[in-house]
Amino acid sequence: MGRLVAGIGSSHVPSIGRAFDQNQQEVPEWKPLFDGYKPAKAWLKDVGITHTVVLYNDHGTDFFFDKYPTFALGVADEYPIGDEGWGVRPLPPVKGDAAFSWHLANSLVVESEFDLTICQDMVMDHGILVPLPLLFDHKPDWSVRTVPLQVNVLQHPLPTPHRLWKLGQALRTAVESYPDDVRVVVVGTGGLSHQLHGDRFGHMNSDWDNEFLDRIEDDPESLVDISHDEYMERGGAEAVEMMVWLGMRGALTPKVNKIHRNYYLPMLSGMGLTVLEDKPANDAN
Amino acid sequence: MSRETGHSDHIPGTCVFTGQRSQKGLKLNSFAFSLHKAENREAYRKDPETYMNSYGLSAWEKQKVKEKDWKALIEEGGGNIYMLLKVGAMTGDGLVPIGAQQRGESVEEFMKTRNVPLRQNM
Repeated sequence: MGRLVAGIGSSHVPSIGRAFDQNQQEVPEWKPLFDGYKPAKAWLKDVGITHTVVLYNDHGTDFFFDKYPTFALGVADEYPIGDEGWGVRPLPPVKGDAAFSWHLANSLVVESEFDLTICQDMVMDHGILVPLPLLFDHKPDWSVRTVPLQVNVLQHPLPTPHRLWKLGQALRTAVESYPDDVRVVVVGTGGLSHQLHGDRFGHMNSDWDNEFLDRIEDDPESLVDISHDEYMERGGAEAVEMMVWLGMRGALTPKVNKIHRNYYLPMLSGMGLTVLEDKPANDAN
Repeated sequence: MSRETGHSDHIPGTCVFTGQRSQKGLKLNSFAFSLHKAENREAYRKDPETYMNSYGLSAWEKQKVKEKDWKALIEEGGGNIYMLLKVGAMTGDGLVPIGAQQRGESVEEFMKTRNVPLRQNM
């Protein structure tokens, strides 16, 4: 049976990907960020993750406003690396699992009544490609199979934080009803505080970022009641994407084991990472 | 809630990317989005005017793109920052020059306000 093992929240700041490709891991400006992912990657290997479901947002890599899905689920066996305007990053195509994805689609759409757009062709964006190689081996090929779940956080009206929470709960139901023994981590990417346009460009808020990291661990439902406006006021307009983490947290048990956390605030964005282990009631741990 | 934007739009220095702004900027953003393909970047580089015309850009939009007036394109033109970044990739302007202009600052002035300067953002 499918088992939901853990949840991860991670930033997906594009400059992290560029620094990664340029082997800047030991450079002083970047070391606090890259070192923060090492314990996460080691732990995920220890617990034997086979699959990831990644809730993220596209940034004009594959989806455009002419037809813009609120939620889009990938159901392919392989996903090409996108060109976001600067060329294609040197990463192998992301490995999918069509059978598992179609199971999730059936469960989410029919059982949980989430009317998703189903995508047999989906090009990968930095929303996935920044965190994925920091969490899993990718040479010569990815050590996990990934199911991408794209969320509109660009063009208002956006789905509500409450809807993301419900989506997370539905994802848990879907994973647990899969007949094969997959071990799944749900990843939510985005944030933390940042604003990329207007006079308020460069807005960051470490108090809010750290409060968010605390609450996503211990009091996640309190984040569900926060409006889009408040997310934007506190974190910056583009940081409304922090609510995508609720899709991850909604999939987990109310109480979780806190495995690891990292936070770094260098230049334009709060860069956060949290690793939470699912803690079912019948678990002796 | 504002009828014009369909949003409260009350955060100073912020243009929430509403449906109304997306409608206004559809051609501009469509042009910018198209630059995710290498062959389109090549076509734009060879003949910017013809390329922008093929996306139906107005004289004002073409002028502001040529002037690299990111502030006007976002505040008045319905431009989306993530799409415009692909235009910036063509003109050698990363997030920092685009953002500093919107704040009315030079890149040097803006960088003085940052905790740790990361050149990957430039």
